[in-house]
Amino acid sequence: MPEQFPNNDQAIIRVENLEHSYGTFNAVDGISFSVKRGEIFSFLGPNGAGKSTAINVLITLLAKQKGEAYVAGYDVTREPQKVRESIGIVFQDITLDRDMTVWEILEFHGRLYNMPREERQKRIDELLSLVQLDTKRDERTKNLSGGMKRRLEIARGLMTRPKVLFLDEPTIGLDPQTRMRMWDYIKGVNNEGTTIFLTTHYMDEADQLSDRISIIDQGKIIISGKPWELKNTLGRDLIYMETNDNESALRLLKDLSSVRDIKTKPKGFVLMVNEDGTKVLPVVIDTLRKAGIEALTINLKKPSMDDVFVFYTGKDLRDVPAGKTPVLAKQAGGR
Amino acid sequence: MPMGFTTIYWRDMIRFVRFKTLLVSSLLQPALWLAFFGIAMSSNFDALTAGIPVTPGIQTVSYLTFMGAGIIAMTTLFTSLFGGIVILFDKNWGLMREILASPMNRNHIIIGIGLSGVTKSFIQAIIIIVFGILIGAAFFAGFTAVEIIIGIAGILAFVAMFALGFLFLSAAIAISMESPEGLQGVVTLLTLPIFFTSNALYPIDALPEFLKTLALYNPMTWLITGIRYFAIGSDFIAVGKHYQYTPSVIIISYIGLMVFATLMFGLAWWRFQKAVVT
Repeated sequence: MPEQFPNNDQAIIRVENLEHSYGTFNAVDGISFSVKRGEIFSFLGPNGAGKSTAINVLITLLAKQKGEAYVAGYDVTREPQKVRESIGIVFQDITLDRDMTVWEILEFHGRLYNMPREERQKRIDELLSLVQLDTKRDERTKNLSGGMKRRLEIARGLMTRPKVLFLDEPTIGLDPQTRMRMWDYIKGVNNEGTTIFLTTHYMDEADQLSDRISIIDQGKIIISGKPWELKNTLGRDLIYMETNDNESALRLLKDLSSVRDIKTKPKGFVLMVNEDGTKVLPVVIDTLRKAGIEALTINLKKPSMDDVFVFYTGKDLRDVPAGKTPVLAKQAGGR
Repeated sequence: MPMGFTTIYWRDMIRFVRFKTLLVSSLLQPALWLAFFGIAMSSNFDALTAGIPVTPGIQTVSYLTFMGAGIIAMTTLFTSLFGGIVILFDKNWGLMREILASPMNRNHIIIGIGLSGVTKSFIQAIIIIVFGILIGAAFFAGFTAVEIIIGIAGILAFVAMFALGFLFLSAAIAISMESPEGLQGVVTLLTLPIFFTSNALYPIDALPEFLKTLALYNPMTWLITGIRYFAIGSDFIAVGKHYQYTPSVIIISYIGLMVFATLMFGLAWWRFQKAVVT
């Protein structure tokens, strides 16, 4: 699918042919993308896909090896100081001092960035109420729940009013309810004008939060686009079927005009259809019955981000012998 | 002038006063050394050296007074070598990523850690001096008020320069290591030879030639020489040995400490430039 690259004025992050290797292992293998001012942009990929390496180059913690990378208009290699002043970061692991208080964590950050005292105090008050930690101001961070720690880290990332906030796996290890509340905070921050770059291996997170997603796997960007665009590439609906003769069924069904693609699964196959699945399904069953094939199991669903992800990162079945790779199974490490 | 190191200093001092057990033990430990080891050793040494005739006109100091200077130095050495451990904790579980990703120059981390370590060593040194005097060490004996002030200032100046050198070394080790256990191992390995090839507990003249050479180039010996000069005087007898310090010896000792601290800062600077924490 063609991706509309925003022009440079709009792009707050621009990356071209970025490569990064550890020894002989190419963690990031020539990626190009850009992030528009004001959007929420996600890197979606399994653990080890290269998301964190890419983010670490952008936030200047890793020296860039090859390619071009600009953040907030500054080259990450030539002007790392300017980049650092322009961004906020929430790291993948919790990076708080257990024995400092909530206030001290934010005060330390403000001092680290040379914020004047009055501005620091004002900003801390604002942020503590934004992330609803006002009552925890003098609590040591070890006494906070996982969600509160994350909120504190987001507040810290926002202390200096960054142009871009980087969130590396912001909801990892949080329970589902807390995760959804985190999404609200992230959306709230974005609504106030901060561009957000986030990495995640949670499909629903990328789907719910992002304006645009790049699916990344084995160091490469597989596809980029808006969540609905990505889902639409799989067709309007997905029909999963098991029959008593899958091979013949496949041959018959691939000629139907409404079927855009077919993926085989261990026991059956998935039809990706262009039209309303509820209308296509009777036609499919009719076609099969005429050939004497009996449908054993049928399931109709809308394509989800999981399906998109597995479709683009799982080995494409056109290249692999039928039945070897489960298309709609969840990837190891993906959940 | 960028003041980033004050941020690092502020934060490290928060930790220092917050861990009450650590605070109390770090203040109590040198006093205990002086109380038990000092009194036990001095009753022995003083008995052994009692037969040596007193040279008229030169003050003879007790062993407790003699080794009190060594205890100040030992405490400073331990505190400084462990001073970098916060860096290791920050690297593994704490704020190091935040700090390295900030616009602050990395030298400020080294300087901030250095200054907070010096502060801790000052507090400890003063506790040892006060406690030592309480249990009978003859620090500043016969000094005028002005001489006492100069004496204390001189001791602290020596302690500061020595502490900085070992704090920088500790920071360099800490930023390069993966585990606190590793740091502990290296530090233990370093402290033993540094402590025992110094003049902390005994005169170095009687040491075998090889150890004596080590002792002469040991920053700890330079520090203790400085402390004794400022706490006892330039001319005294201790453990049967006549000590005479000329100003040039003191100045050379201090320059030695400055050179050592500068080299260690260079080492730490190099390790911090290389540091990648992701």
